[in-house]
Amino acid sequence: MIHFVLLISRQGKVRLTKWYSPYSQKERTKVIRELGGVILSRGPKLCNFVDWRGFKVVYKRYASLYFCMCIDQDDNELEVLEIIHHFVEILDRYFGSVCELDLIFNFHKAYYILDELLLAGELQETSKKTVARLIAAQDSLVETAKEQQGSISNIIAQATK
Amino acid sequence: MTMHGMRGLSVFISDIRNCQNKEQERLRIDKELGNVRNRFKNEKGLTPYEKKKYVWKMLYIYMLGYDVDFGHMETVSLISAPKYPEKQVGYIATSCLLNENNDFLRLAINTVRNDIIGRNETFQCLALTMVGNIGGREFAESLAPDVQNLLLSSSCRPLVRKKAALCLLRLYRKNPDVVNVDGWADRMAQLLDERDLGVLTSSMSLLVALVSNNHEAYWSCLPKCVKILERLARNQDVPQEYTYYGIPSPWLQVKTMRALQYFPTIEDPSTRRTLFEVLQRILMGTDVVKNVNKNNASHAVLFEALALVMHLDAEKEMMSQCVALLGKFIAVREPNIRYLGLENMTRMLMVTDVQEIIKRHQAQIITSLKDPDVSIRRRALDLLYGMCDVTNAKDIVEELLQYLSSADFTMREELSLKAAILAEKFAPDLSWYVDVILQLIDKAGDFISDDIWFRVVQFVTNNDDLQPYAAAKVKEYIDKPAVHETMVKVSAYILGEYSHLLARRPGCSPKEIFSILHEKLATVSTTTIPILLSAYAKILMHTQPPDQELQSQIWAIFNKYESCIDAEIQQRAVEYLALCQKGAALMDILAEMPKFPERKSSLIKRAEYSEADTAEQSATKLRAQQQTSNALVVTDQYPANGVTLRISVGQLSLIKVPSMITTENDTSTDQALSQQNGSLSKVDPQPPSVDLLSDILGPFAVEGPPGATVQSEHIAVSGLEGGSDAVDGSAIVPVEEHTNTVQPIGNIAERFHALCLKDSGVLYEDPYIQIGIKAEGRGHHVHLVLFLGNKNTAPLVSVHAIILPPAHLKMEFSLVPDTIPPRAQVQCPLEIVNLRPSRDVAVLDFSYKFGTNMVNVKLRLPAVLNKFLQPIQVPAEEFFPQWRSLSGPPLKLQEVVRGVRPMPLPEMANLLDSFRIMICPGLDPNPNNLVASTTFYSESTHAMLCLVRIETDPADRTQLRMTLASGDPSLTFELKEFIKEQLISIPTARSPAPAPKAPPTAQPTPQIPPNDPAAILAGLLS
Repeated sequence: MIHFVLLISRQGKVRLTKWYSPYSQKERTKVIRELGGVILSRGPKLCNFVDWRGFKVVYKRYASLYFCMCIDQDDNELEVLEIIHHFVEILDRYFGSVCELDLIFNFHKAYYILDELLLAGELQETSKKTVARLIAAQDSLVETAKEQQGSISNIIAQATK
Repeated sequence: MTMHGMRGLSVFISDIRNCQNKEQERLRIDKELGNVRNRFKNEKGLTPYEKKKYVWKMLYIYMLGYDVDFGHMETVSLISAPKYPEKQVGYIATSCLLNENNDFLRLAINTVRNDIIGRNETFQCLALTMVGNIGGREFAESLAPDVQNLLLSSSCRPLVRKKAALCLLRLYRKNPDVVNVDGWADRMAQLLDERDLGVLTSSMSLLVALVSNNHEAYWSCLPKCVKILERLARNQDVPQEYTYYGIPSPWLQVKTMRALQYFPTIEDPSTRRTLFEVLQRILMGTDVVKNVNKNNASHAVLFEALALVMHLDAEKEMMSQCVALLGKFIAVREPNIRYLGLENMTRMLMVTDVQEIIKRHQAQIITSLKDPDVSIRRRALDLLYGMCDVTNAKDIVEELLQYLSSADFTMREELSLKAAILAEKFAPDLSWYVDVILQLIDKAGDFISDDIWFRVVQFVTNNDDLQPYAAAKVKEYIDKPAVHETMVKVSAYILGEYSHLLARRPGCSPKEIFSILHEKLATVSTTTIPILLSAYAKILMHTQPPDQELQSQIWAIFNKYESCIDAEIQQRAVEYLALCQKGAALMDILAEMPKFPERKSSLIKRAEYSEADTAEQSATKLRAQQQTSNALVVTDQYPANGVTLRISVGQLSLIKVPSMITTENDTSTDQALSQQNGSLSKVDPQPPSVDLLSDILGPFAVEGPPGATVQSEHIAVSGLEGGSDAVDGSAIVPVEEHTNTVQPIGNIAERFHALCLKDSGVLYEDPYIQIGIKAEGRGHHVHLVLFLGNKNTAPLVSVHAIILPPAHLKMEFSLVPDTIPPRAQVQCPLEIVNLRPSRDVAVLDFSYKFGTNMVNVKLRLPAVLNKFLQPIQVPAEEFFPQWRSLSGPPLKLQEVVRGVRPMPLPEMANLLDSFRIMICPGLDPNPNNLVASTTFYSESTHAMLCLVRIETDPADRTQLRMTLASGDPSLTFELKEFIKEQLISIPTARSPAPAPKAPPTAQPTPQIPPNDPAAILAGLLS
């Protein structure tokens, strides 16, 4: 299973974290610091896997961002590497050629999308189309609620004028 | 795409991004947290929108690494909001901020349950997602039936059911009892008939977890899995959106094959045939293609198929096909495939009959041991370790030994431990084993734990034939000018016991052996001195006829140490002196050590223990092997400086003394004497608690305590005398005089220089304290830990440590306690930030008091320029444009350096390499020149590339021309001066034996790239 997902920028800034195994706040900070050190210092033409504390970390760099997923020793590394790519493709489709800034200002969106892709540390949906459809539905739900909100406050405003 | 704006949040994020430094960021965040806290306090006026906004802000702050310890209640309360937008934020933020053990989470169980059993599909999804991600045991107990209902419900849409499947998986992991096997097995089989691939993928994950615990109950799922796999592999009836780069859901294929690996075998012949057809198809039909994602996906499937084939123990033909494939993989350029090839070959070792085929790839595997990627090197090491047997042990161990000198420090310990284990397990003859261990100690003494040398002593003691050989061999090593302390220990022991067997050989008279050993006494720490003293006593005993001169020399030494501050040394000195004067009795007491009872090596025992341990946990038996290797590394965390030995010796004297008091009036005399004559196997001399050392405790037990056979009062008296001497002395001499009368052990400057090149080691040592250092660097940060170890049985007091940082380093040093308790070690972390390039050095002003001795030392800290370098290999196509763009001073500086210490070019290359400046091979066609590059990290320069070119003159090695280029004038200057300093005066410390580390780069036959960069370089330099 995937124990956690980490997005770190080249400067070591955290852009997203998701923990599927219980880690205390202290452990989380430690993991991020340690892994950041290991992964950011690796050269460009090396393999995408790092042994780490009895686990394996599969990572891939996209522009300025490192996507990392921590898995068990005997999990299938390439499968996870392509989960990362699958995630990136979905982000790309949603934001329209995604960049780090998109993920900074819309980090909550990245969480929504990740929740449609992974659950309980396992892959949930492998169809990009389905994920896109579900996220669009969520967005429209939020929009509708906002419009309603707007119209209600309008009505109230009208009534209390 | 819809971006519903949340202006306040965007503004806040922008603010954070605009902060110039960490301090500003902190201020901005504190302000925001204060604001949020205030708003939450007066919750009344808070609209749902605002609440949502603040929760997002908190989450963002939390993500940046700040502690957010309030607002959890508010976040959780959003879950019960009636409207979707707030509820969504509540659920998602809760699952990010809290973990399953949080109390607030329990409060929400009822709300969550209402959402799950309610009719609102979107609410169901939110609730299932949160429970699936952070639900704990209590959630499992109260929600499992509801979640199962959703998964099985025919009225629920796939989007809910796939979440329910994974949510149930989480709950099952938290409490396996929530899934009732009897009722569930049939339903699980039904779930595999699912048409929606999203639901099927999730259900397959659930099945993998279920069968991993209990495959018997789920037999009915087996044929269905094979059917699914067949359908996918043949691409039948797979919707377009579920293919990934043309491959029908590679993930579902992998998961299905994983599930199949938990069934011990497949009995139904037709199912088995179908499966093997599919597997054969995957094995044969996977080609390497250009598209990297397609390649990865198809190979993910292929490697899983390999694992399944191995598990099913297919016919030999298919197995050798697998090995052939793996053999191809370990030689490809793609690093991922190379890594996985090695990893899977290691797993394959567990399958019978293939070892021989794997051995054919030995040469290639050894090449991978030198791969630039440490991840791959580790896999190669694991594989070599696993495939080693009697037939190839010699080759493999010798490869490991050779590699040891150039291996990076992070791997040396593991490497030497593995080499030692293999040498012992598969030694064709024992003299070879002795050779290997001595080489290990010679090459990597710092990484050799005590039990490794204990074990060699045990072998030598138990094998008479081996004794003269081992004695001659250690003498060769100890003859060298600089030897590792562990080598001194093992040599002293073996020469003490067996050097008399060599007495007729030239240079091996007792006197000569003694003087060789005694030369080392000044260089060793207090833990080794007792071993040396024992060796002296033994040598003296073996000298027949007695040699008066030698005797008086050795007695003088015993005399000197009689008042040594270290209790162990003192005791031995007193005892040996007394024994020597007893004359003939000495022969009996110091007789050769008895044989050890045959014991299993503690090293191997440990290896086996951890094997058994992991085999139980991992479902696929194949994984056990490589986990073993990890366990081994972890268990061996001793700093290899003899701490364990000291403890063992101390404990032993305590344990043995009572039974060994054999003065005439003691009743236990007879019994004790009989023990002494070597019937040790009867009485197990070691306390059970020190299991790790059990192999070696025996010999010291007998050796140390003979002193106790003299009169116990004598010891007490001499101890007192020693003590009162010290007190008397202090009364006469003024206190100030005592400052720094303590002599450091080892050369402080040499230690500093050694630490400039490595990350951990001893910075300072004297009879009372040892200061160790361990550094961990990342970019312009270095995290350093000082280990202050009190070596005595009395506390060190008035301990002060002040750091005097140079202007370019920002240092944060934690407080040092005023007192260090006896035999304790204190760790003081020190955070260093490099602000800008400079060669200045930080100084540690350290002082303490022991008894009346006030010790004060000023020690340079090895946070030097090269610690902020990171080697980088720059290819020609990047090097030359950079070199060209940095034109002339101050960015590019050139200097002719004279008075260079003459050294061959490979050595110079190694020197640069040791300072983390990486040689770029083939860039300069002139074999007398070196071109190198590195990255320098500091706050002002960030990561900055530095390029170096050194032109040497083969006719005159004392001069060279050096050109330095970087994007920062001061960096260029400082680095140039730094390298110059290194070239002119090289520390004459124990050279870290760089010679064998000749990188291919240093070979004088560089390849000339097609576009002849010679011309470019020459043109640019002139």
